[in-house]
Parts: sequence; C-alpha cells; structure tokens
Amino acid sequence: MHELAVTESILEIALRHAPSREPVRIIGLYLVIGQLSSIVDDSIQFYWDIISEGTLAQGALLHFRRIPAEMSCQNCGNRYAPSEQALACPRCSSVQIQLVTGDEFYLESIEVEG
Amino acid sequence: MSQRIPVIEKILSANDRLAQKNRALLDNNGVFAMNLMASPGAGKTSLIEKTVQALKDRLQLAVIDGDVATSLDADRAAAAGAVAVQVNTGGECHLDAVMLSQALPQIDLKTTDLLIVENVGNLICPSGFQLGTHKSILIASIPEGDDKPYKYPGMYRGVDALVINKIDLLPYVPFDMDYFRRGVEALNPGLVTFPLSCRTSEGLPAWINWVLAQTIQASGA
Repeated sequence: MHELAVTESILEIALRHAPSREPVRIIGLYLVIGQLSSIVDDSIQFYWDIISEGTLAQGALLHFRRIPAEMSCQNCGNRYAPSEQALACPRCSSVQIQLVTGDEFYLESIEVEG
Repeated sequence: MSQRIPVIEKILSANDRLAQKNRALLDNNGVFAMNLMASPGAGKTSLIEKTVQALKDRLQLAVIDGDVATSLDADRAAAAGAVAVQVNTGGECHLDAVMLSQALPQIDLKTTDLLIVENVGNLICPSGFQLGTHKSILIASIPEGDDKPYKYPGMYRGVDALVINKIDLLPYVPFDMDYFRRGVEALNPGLVTFPLSCRTSEGLPAWINWVLAQTIQASGA
C-alpha cells in the first residue's frame, strides 16, 4: 500500500533526527514493522534508492525488523499467534481477545557517521 | 566511526499530528465527522444518499468525497441535499489528513452539524491513515463474500461501527453470516453492526437513528 508516501515519511523523520553538525552521513535506518502492517519491504527499498538521492541519507541501508502478531485472550490469559482462519483463542474459543504485538510501524534508530 | 541514534517515531506521525489539528477544527465548530470506508461497490455513496435524505431536515450536512478521478459521487451527494466537496486524490489509494485539511475550508463548518467523509474504495490503505474524524465506519456488502474480515483484519480491527449492506441479496449468494460475524467478533469484539439494504431500505432506520444520536451527542445539534 502507498509505499511511496511511506518512504517519503521515513526520509523526513530520518533527516530530522540526524545531528546538525557537518559533515554527517546517514548510513543505516532501523525500521520495525509488525506482521499486520501491510508494508512491503521491497517496495520501500525500491522507492528509497530513488528519493534518498542527493540527501544526507543517500545510499543508506534499510534494516527491517519484523514483529510477529500475538494475541492475548482476555478470558483465559492464553497468548498465541493468530492464524488467518482462526482468530479466536485456540484454547477456550473466546473472542474476547486483544492484539499484543503486530501492528507496529516505526523508525527505531538511525546510524550516522562522519 | 559510526553511531546509532535512537528515534522511535511512528512513520505516519506527521499525518497523525495533522489529523489532530483537523479534529480540533471540527470540535471547535461543533461538527461531528464520520470516515466511511469500504471496498469499491459496497455502497458508500448509496448509504450517503440515504443518510442525507433521511437527515437533511434535522441536520445541516456536508459530504467530502475522495475519489481517484471523477466527481460522480460528490454529484450524487449534492443531489441528495448535502453540501458536497470533491477531493480528487490523483491516483492515491486513500485519503490522508492533508487532503482533509485542504477540503475543510471549502465547507462552512460553523453551520455544519454532520460531516461525512467518503474515503477511496479500498480495504487496505485507508485504515492506515487517521483523518481526524470522530468515528470510522466500515461498509461491508453481501456480494463481497463472508471471508473479508479474515482477509482484511487491519480494516475490521480499526473501525467504530460496521454496516452490512445489500442484505436483500442474502437469498441469492452464498454468504455465511455466522462465519462472517465470528471473524468480525474476533477482530473487534462488541462492534456495533447495522445489517441493512440501501435498495429496499430494510434495516436503514437503526443506522439513521444511530447517526442522529451520535451527531446530537457530539455537536449539540
């Protein structure tokens, strides 16, 4: 989905957090993406190579950390990985469940040199 | 020497900040706003027509229509009796807070009670972008199939109410309502749901009453 807008946003955040002293180069970005965030790594990489050109972050490597989805059952306390066809708790069949992890989408850190 | 600098910033934080501004602008003018999302053809525009027709004597209504290219939907909303503003997204698959902030000045917010935002027909992208509206509404429809909650969990998880449109087609298509509702319940327990048909108007009054009550509660209309 809309990876171009997303990639532009990533660049904007990275540049804003780079130290203002010169010369400095951003050589790596560490991104955290939950399993349920519909983001395609390859598309971001593709746009990144184009839109980072001519900026402090040109050529920076993108590192993706994927976080699997985990649900928590409010009824029996079970923690489990949801499957596509069975979201309810596999132990007690309750649907009183909460997402614990899986919808993350943030820039965790940047690596700079110089 | 290289150095790691912690950031911890949500990628869409710029959009989220602008969405908060939109919300403040709406609140300051006593406008209750809904974000209508659905796949193409689920009946967003039909539901808006029915809602506007039913409420135009009680409330001052405005509609902002997100569409990739045409103004067909905004024209229908205007014909039904609402102030309608068209936002062409120029190919974008969703509305975002920027687009809404550009459309809001075209409406007289001071006199508006209810603003309906019709998002681009899509079950993935719109769920990722807050607009600043008060309630997110998803319109599902019978012919889409009963597996949609399982295939688009992000959309079903994030909404405040669900309309199930085209229930008049239930006798003609294989749609297991129990299976569908189990999926919805797993993703969004206790979600308020309105099965209805825009064509026959069956089930429509419950939806209209809910919208009216929400608007009165929020805007004091």
